Amino acid sequence: MLNKVWFGLVLVGVLYGFGKGALLTAFPQLRPAAVDQLAEDRADEAAAADEQDAAADESTPLATIGRKLNDAVFDAAKVSVEIVITLIGAMALWLGVLRIAKDAGLVDALARLLRPALRFLFPDVPDGHPAQGAMLMNIAANMLGLDNAATPMGLKAMKELQTLNPRPDTATNAQAMFLAINTSSVTLIPFTIIAYRKAAHSATPESPIFGILLATTVSTTVAILAAKWLAKRPRYAVDAPSDAPAIDEEAPQS
Amino acid sequence: MTFQAISESVSLWTLPAAILFIVVFGAWRRVPMYESFVAGAKEGFDVAVMIIPYLVAILLAIKIFMASGIFEDIKMLAEWCLQGTSFERFAPTFDLLPMAFACPLSGSGARGVMLEIFDEHGPDSFLGQTASLMRGSTETTFYVLTLYFGAVNISKIRHTLSACLLADAAGIVASIVIGFLLFGNLIAG
Repeated sequence: MLNKVWFGLVLVGVLYGFGKGALLTAFPQLRPAAVDQLAEDRADEAAAADEQDAAADESTPLATIGRKLNDAVFDAAKVSVEIVITLIGAMALWLGVLRIAKDAGLVDALARLLRPALRFLFPDVPDGHPAQGAMLMNIAANMLGLDNAATPMGLKAMKELQTLNPRPDTATNAQAMFLAINTSSVTLIPFTIIAYRKAAHSATPESPIFGILLATTVSTTVAILAAKWLAKRPRYAVDAPSDAPAIDEEAPQS
Repeated sequence: MTFQAISESVSLWTLPAAILFIVVFGAWRRVPMYESFVAGAKEGFDVAVMIIPYLVAILLAIKIFMASGIFEDIKMLAEWCLQGTSFERFAPTFDLLPMAFACPLSGSGARGVMLEIFDEHGPDSFLGQTASLMRGSTETTFYVLTLYFGAVNISKIRHTLSACLLADAAGIVASIVIGFLLFGNLIAG
């Protein structure tokens, strides 16, 4: 399924960008103001960089969009490594701290406390398995909005869940459920959003907290129900062909 | 102390307090802390380096898709459809469309759209509040899925993506409904 999504994103991105650029170049009267603005910005930048002044001045929409796609490609490579460089430190730090907590018995104590919930969500994970503790730590870090602590613990949880996986290339129900909960974003205090609102001179930066709590409760509930329900559907059975064509229509942008 | 000041202090003290708690607890249980920490940290390093290929792959696709500008065009198309009808006053609401599409795809994309909405309509407007709700109730699904599955080399993800996207859709719909309920009185006109 990821194969199709990946292909779809690249295909639509390049073809749409090319089609739009070609159309606007061929029929300049169609140009919306926004594109002109973009072209101007680009031209300014290029001029400032002392780079092909003449060419930039009459940069066509085709060239403008092409340049954006070019930037996107190299950006992807650069940003990935930047993310990982930051992540290396965070991973080492948090898995280190987590190991202390685990060796002290803290994580197991927490898992014992929340055992009923864990049994309901992840019936395939046996009690006392290290995956339970790692998942709990990830969810706790997510709830507190500690993003750079949540990722290392989440990856650790996936590795622990993988030890229970009889088919290493296929996701288990527990892994799907864990990611569904993770991406539906259980957040108690959205610190980053408050910070952005404050930066935008909001009079009440913390006003969406209550609404976010409601919305995230809805999305997490749907995530749990969807993961439980979809896991039983024959289309998603463990031995089903991975890229069933029926999945296609909901792939790229829903 | 205002709520704002309290929430800021809480956010800044959560981590140090958590680390202190763990370390003190470890000392009480006589854990060989230094060795434990290093053993865990080594494991973290390996995972971080292993995920680079997966990250490059997914970011490439997402960034190309975002750079094509398709989201803004969908918004313009929607606005154009309403032009001249009696629903025209709702047209600014479509600024939320790119937000809704960007949320599951790209963290920086969604942040960019949100800041743009803050800039244009103000963070305390109906649109600003609703954009905050959307950002707060969704995660960057594609990124997280590739990252987490990449770390354990899983290629057949079964129902995971469908379940996650359903949850994102529910979060976005809930944000809009809650936005109307809580902040609907702020809509101009």
